[in-house]
Amino acid sequence: MSALESFFDNVWVDALWRLLAVLGLMVIVVLALTYVERKFIARIQMRLGPMRTGPYGIMQPIADMVKILLKEDLRPASADRIAFELAPFLAFVPVFLTLLALPFTAKWDVRVLDLGLLYFIAVSGLTVLGYVFAGWASDNKYALIGALRTAAQLISYEVPLVLAVLALSMLAGSLNLVDIVEKQGRVPFIVWQPLGFFLFMAAAVSDLSRRPFDVAAAESEVAGGPWIEFSGIRWSILYALTEYTNMFALCVLGSLIFLGGWDWPLGLKWGWWWQLALIFTKTSVLILVVMWVNATFPRIRVDQLMSLCWKLLLPLAFVQIFLNGLILVYGWPDWTFLLTSGLGLAAAGYIIYSVIPVGAPSRIVARSNA
Amino acid sequence: MLTDQERELETLDIHVNVGPQHPATHGVFRMVLTVSGEKVVDVVPHIGYMHRGAEKLSEGMDYRQALIYQDRTEYLAQFNAELCYCLAVEKLAGLEVPERAEYIRVILTELNRITSHYMFVGAFATDIGVYGTAFTYAFREREYIQEIFDAVSGDRMMYGYFRPGGVVWDVTDDFKDRVRWVCGQTRVGIDDIDRLLTKNEIFLTRCLDIGVISKEDAIDYGLSGPMLRACGLPFDLRRAEPYSIYDRFQFDIPTGTRGDVYDRYLVRMEEMRQSVRIVEQALEEMPDGPIMPEKAPRRLRLPPGEVYMRTENPRGEYGIYLVSKGGEKPYRLKIRSSCLSNLTALKQMVVGHYVADAVVILGSVDIVLGEVDR
Repeated sequence: MSALESFFDNVWVDALWRLLAVLGLMVIVVLALTYVERKFIARIQMRLGPMRTGPYGIMQPIADMVKILLKEDLRPASADRIAFELAPFLAFVPVFLTLLALPFTAKWDVRVLDLGLLYFIAVSGLTVLGYVFAGWASDNKYALIGALRTAAQLISYEVPLVLAVLALSMLAGSLNLVDIVEKQGRVPFIVWQPLGFFLFMAAAVSDLSRRPFDVAAAESEVAGGPWIEFSGIRWSILYALTEYTNMFALCVLGSLIFLGGWDWPLGLKWGWWWQLALIFTKTSVLILVVMWVNATFPRIRVDQLMSLCWKLLLPLAFVQIFLNGLILVYGWPDWTFLLTSGLGLAAAGYIIYSVIPVGAPSRIVARSNA
Repeated sequence: MLTDQERELETLDIHVNVGPQHPATHGVFRMVLTVSGEKVVDVVPHIGYMHRGAEKLSEGMDYRQALIYQDRTEYLAQFNAELCYCLAVEKLAGLEVPERAEYIRVILTELNRITSHYMFVGAFATDIGVYGTAFTYAFREREYIQEIFDAVSGDRMMYGYFRPGGVVWDVTDDFKDRVRWVCGQTRVGIDDIDRLLTKNEIFLTRCLDIGVISKEDAIDYGLSGPMLRACGLPFDLRRAEPYSIYDRFQFDIPTGTRGDVYDRYLVRMEEMRQSVRIVEQALEEMPDGPIMPEKAPRRLRLPPGEVYMRTENPRGEYGIYLVSKGGEKPYRLKIRSSCLSNLTALKQMVVGHYVADAVVILGSVDIVLGEVDR
């Protein structure tokens, strides 16, 4: 064994370089996602997006970063200093911690935990603390309203998220992410759990505070919510780093547990580059879906947000768990998962579309002079 | 008497100041909301941040120059405001407007109604929370029309193209073709926005039964335009007191049934389609000929007297009250603002709704602060 290898086998060195690798990954992800989001939404909105900095504006994230770093870091005189300065880190650290438990291929990971799924959900739930701190410390009414909204929203939507994941782990029989991926084999869990996937994505979008669930930051109502008083690097940590890393982490999780991770499709064992390509593709698809929804949907009101969570998503999550339990206990064939969960999803769609009276064309009366 | 502990636990309503610099106030409007949790208990509107004294300034100008203040007052429907002013001056001066000029005016005025409503749809959707997509859709379509205005008047915003008696110069040679093309394009554009918004579930939940105002209240508040018609009253000045040549065209007056935010949106969408109809009819009939009266005086002197002219602008009844004591300058020029009247009903509409709805209701009034404050 060479000296170099023994150096890397040292526990502390090992931990350090893995942490640095995750940090590097995160920086790349955030830079890439800011660019992708701006370009992608620009396409949807028939704009060009950034075009000036480098070919097709690919240097724009760098320019943004430099600008943000150079900006004055303002703190309102009446702000609660300690909480104000702590808030960005309280929001950011949990998101960073979630990345530590995610495997990207069968071998590439920081630590594979036996309770990886539970760890992910538990840790990512802590982000809300940072937002509440930020909202309270800013001494700003918009920030306070925004923070209260965030607190209510994130805590509520954590419940269907946990339950949807729980229903899935019943199928997998494990909370270890690597095990869950291997278990999916030829059929990814999205096929057996369409309702679970819908619940997961709805809760994830809400967790990310993106439209249609972005009541916390609601530009047109509370003008940025908890972030309103933050500027410069603090704003960047609290908003950009946290949001984009969180988006990335949740979409990686979704592609691992619902889309078959690095195994599906074809079950080819071509090596790490193939696995990485699969994960990358699936994560990108999920991220683009989140951005697409973000670009086209209006925002729902805060009370509607709550009733959607507690009156629709939560019962449906229980239904999903109940159905899975029923099928597992009686040992019914696999296709019953698809049948029951699909019916559940159809019911969800029916409820959403029938609760609201639609009378668009008939409500206008035209009076002609002919 | 409250005990100390009770006083400590007593909840207080907080005042939230929305505006004058807030993304949702469409300019420099300011409203102080008293909120209990997320519900609005009271609202106090503050106006006047954009008061520039347009009425007083007009008194120092002659009749030709005073026209430009109409552009700056109603800066989203400039042609409509110019038309109202010109009609008032013409009525007092007894000027005959040539046919061709009338048609040019009507075409431009109706196109301007469309651009104004596009602006409404884009801004309104942004208020509801669409991430600018409806806004860019609306602005692409608006831009096609804006280019025509630019070509005709030489300016993108402050046109100053109408004159008492006609228009300042003739339209470009390709005017008819461009307008015809834009009419087709606008129909497509309205349908695009329709598909993006009108039946969207979230859009519906945010709009239905929000900011309802009854027919009687609407009349009492002096509401006009789409705000009034959304309540179910088919009152449109183009039909009720036809001015210019509006009695020659076929068009429908859309009215709502419930008077909520959604009806106001639908009425405006339908009005855009009707405006396209009017423009197409006007294009067919547009004659050749002079654009100013043969004997238009070089310096316009009005006889003593007074006149009130009102027209149907995109936001409602826009009126010009003009007093002349003879000479080249108006003695008094009073602008009846449609937005100001519409805004008076704000409190009744907003109180009891959520903060998020207050923003949407304000958006549905479609205010132009330049016109409110003048």
